[in-house]
Amino acid sequence: MTRVALFATCFNDAMWPGTPIATVTLLERLGVEVDFPAAQTCCGQMFTNTGYADEAIPRVRSFVEVFGGYDAVVAPSGSCTGSVREQYADLARRSGDAGLSRAVAEVAPKVYELSEYLVDVLGVTDVGASFPHRVTYHPTCHSLRMLHVGDRPLRLLREVRGIDLVELPAATECCGFGGTFAMKNADVSVAMGSDKVRHIRDTGAEIVVAGDNSCLAHIGGLLGRQRAGVRTMHLAEVLASTAEASA
Amino acid sequence: MSARHTGPVAATTPTFIGMPKFPALAREALGNTQQRRNLAFATQTIRGKRAAVVGEVGDWEALRLNGAAVKDEVLAHLDDYLIQLEDKLTAAGTTVHWARDAAEANRIVVELVRGKGVDEVVKVKSMATQEIELNEALEEAGIAAWETDLAELIVQLGNDRPSHILVPAIHRGRAEIRDIFRTRMAAAGRPAPETMTDEPAQLAEAARLHLREKFLRAKVGISGANFAIADTGTLVVLESEGNGRMCLTLPETLISVVGIEKVLPTWEDLGTFLQLLPRSSTGERMNPYTSIWTGPADGDGPQETHVVLVDNGRTHVLADPVGRQALRCIRCSACLNVCPVYERAGGHAYGSVYPGPIGAVLTPQLRGIDNPIDASLPYASSLCGACFEVCPVRIDIPRLLVNLRTQVVDAHRGRPSAEGLAMKSAAWMFAEPGRWASMQKGITASSKLLRGKRTLQHLPWPGSVWTDARNAPVPPRETFRQWWQRTHGESR
Amino acid sequence: MTTAREEVLARIRAAGAARPVEVPPAPEPSPQPAPETVDLFAENVADYRAVVERLAESAVPQRISSALGQYGVTSVVVPDGLPSGWLTDAALRVLADERLTAYDLDAIDAVVTQAAVGIAETGTIVLDHTAGQGRRALSLVPDVHLCVIRADQVVGDVPAAVRQLRPAVETGRPLTWISGPSATSDIELNRVEGVHGPRHLHVLIVGDEA
Ligand code: SF4
Repeated sequence: MTRVALFATCFNDAMWPGTPIATVTLLERLGVEVDFPAAQTCCGQMFTNTGYADEAIPRVRSFVEVFGGYDAVVAPSGSCTGSVREQYADLARRSGDAGLSRAVAEVAPKVYELSEYLVDVLGVTDVGASFPHRVTYHPTCHSLRMLHVGDRPLRLLREVRGIDLVELPAATECCGFGGTFAMKNADVSVAMGSDKVRHIRDTGAEIVVAGDNSCLAHIGGLLGRQRAGVRTMHLAEVLASTAEASA
Repeated sequence: MSARHTGPVAATTPTFIGMPKFPALAREALGNTQQRRNLAFATQTIRGKRAAVVGEVGDWEALRLNGAAVKDEVLAHLDDYLIQLEDKLTAAGTTVHWARDAAEANRIVVELVRGKGVDEVVKVKSMATQEIELNEALEEAGIAAWETDLAELIVQLGNDRPSHILVPAIHRGRAEIRDIFRTRMAAAGRPAPETMTDEPAQLAEAARLHLREKFLRAKVGISGANFAIADTGTLVVLESEGNGRMCLTLPETLISVVGIEKVLPTWEDLGTFLQLLPRSSTGERMNPYTSIWTGPADGDGPQETHVVLVDNGRTHVLADPVGRQALRCIRCSACLNVCPVYERAGGHAYGSVYPGPIGAVLTPQLRGIDNPIDASLPYASSLCGACFEVCPVRIDIPRLLVNLRTQVVDAHRGRPSAEGLAMKSAAWMFAEPGRWASMQKGITASSKLLRGKRTLQHLPWPGSVWTDARNAPVPPRETFRQWWQRTHGESR
Repeated sequence: MTTAREEVLARIRAAGAARPVEVPPAPEPSPQPAPETVDLFAENVADYRAVVERLAESAVPQRISSALGQYGVTSVVVPDGLPSGWLTDAALRVLADERLTAYDLDAIDAVVTQAAVGIAETGTIVLDHTAGQGRRALSLVPDVHLCVIRADQVVGDVPAAVRQLRPAVETGRPLTWISGPSATSDIELNRVEGVHGPRHLHVLIVGDEA
């Protein structure tokens, strides 16, 4: 049986448990044995991207220790996966510890974002989901331009039974979240988000789906303030769903 | 490894000293709806054009890889290439000058112009001369420097600052331009025609008439260079309007101010860069005019040519192993045009002649991070990566931004700050899974206190920065870790 | 006292940037031009709003005269080395380049030149300012530029042109690359033809009548 370690990510773990739960449900349904190493905490992305490299380095160390023994690690987050795959090498170099650099080089390529894991490792696009709703998909920047997941999420969504998938105009434009950018440059962040939300509302979708809950919190926060009646949902939750038409 | 203070940086010139930080400047720009409309329209248009002509090229990625590596090769052996360039320039009859910084470069140019006994020069658009504020230095010496690129002319007549690398007046609409021409042209020379409307063709015609007399009588021209070829001693200038050709051809003396990173090793390297630059920049297969010269040509054009090689902080950038790739930049402005932050904040918010993503990485490296505006630039990005995707020389701008953020934080370590404290406690909490698990108990407890609320509308500061415009999520009643424990039992 | 030169070079050496760099090759220049190359050239020159005509050698004088007539040209400057016999129209004032000043050129309507290379992929004409092309000011100041290029001078792409032009550069020749008439997009990114350079570019492609 295929075995995978779940990297839940700290934000999902504490704030959006529905997403890692859906990830577990989905993977188990596909016959994968999921392990959740309890020693995991945070990948350190928030530290890295704000400039706190010294605080991030211990997270790198702990990540390679916790996940080093697995053949594959899956995370329901494009940006946390990106942080491990694309940023850990620079942090390890900064630490001056050649052993850490070697460990990163070994572990990082085995970390997959959910859609990559499903399509590339498991080789499935039809995950047996059913979700009878009008949905639009926002490709988050880190999944799109850092990980290059391409159309994998869309290929997965297209196979979902009952789904009415509508194209999002200007989809590849950033929503304006950007981690601490949302706080440090709140005005520009909100201006970007407002345009994203306008495009989402223009689609007439009930639900906007993405692969990162942090971006969705920003988008959802704006939608909620506007009382737009559009919900946000993580890709994993749609793919885990087996709801029938009455939902 | 921090490269801070390993070498002399460029001065933050008086124009930009004491500027507020990026967020404040951006907030102001967001309030200017006219400018926002101009910018959104302009950047969207040019994005489309670029994508179309880049799509025509068979193997764009191979061109980018070659372009990036050629520039890296130059940077790895910059001393050798500069010496070779100097030899070839000299052999071709060009006089070469070196300048450590802006002040020295300006001094050299002012002296050369004075030596010609003239009180005016015509200028081709050049980022290097803007960076060193040459016009101001010439003015101080009683020499009028006429900008001849249309957008530069609009900026100069309007007493304004450029807001884009390629189209410095991108923030101005046609009606504003008409007003500037009507009220300001007369004081600088030939006035705008009485009948001029705000039609772009008529505005361009007014500029043609206004500048022609200046071109015809000019004795000294000043330019930059897009490329300087080491193995032939050749300079290259790309442009569209013909103002460049005028400045490079009609005067008797030509002075070119060239940043030391502009070198290309061989003539053949142009084969790559003359594809990368126009397609990335104006979104054309080729820009209307490219002028190429190798010293003075017999009986053709300026008979006296000078090159001023300028450092002005570039060697400081070179000393940063990660940041040095910013020196590959060929100033195409593609990264500005795709940047969602630039599109909304505008160019002036970046407090430098280099706006947008490249400005956010180049300015703090050239000038250091001691000024508030310079230290705020690395944070003026959501790290969306659109800039890296289009950059013709593959500058990984998000990575450079993160590298600079680290330098900003490192420079402030030891000084107490709310952010530093928050990061420290978060780091402490994540260091032990047990601490993180008990933190989660607090999270779920707070959820119970919030009883049934689904979102939060108002949080006290600093949460208010979020909730001013966005609802905040409510913590869950059970975290994932707790769920896993309950459903899957003890894990390893 | 160290000179600026010594100091800048010393700073570069102190920056510790020296390392071997592997430069992947640029894509190969397109092979020897095929007949379609000239078609593509004509198409791309026209795409940037120059006027393009294809004709046989024998028709050159007549076409030059009708093209100049089209723009109402009454005076034209000709560079040294332009084939005599190309400008036959008795009504035209034809001036040789005899120490003409910029002001003189400004009073002349048009220029007729040949070219060194044409580039199909970009619709570019390259002048190396040898015989038949004149010094740079000639093809710059007058408002109409009529350029005669032979079909066999057209190469496929930019790298091919660059390779071919090395000897010209090595002998110190300046080059002017021209892709359409002068233009600006500085006002609301609206393209306007004709700012400071010739507002009309008219290209005759000779010897390969399509
Ligand atoms: S950083 Fe890249 S995209 Fe931006 S101006 Fe420079 S070369 Fe162009």
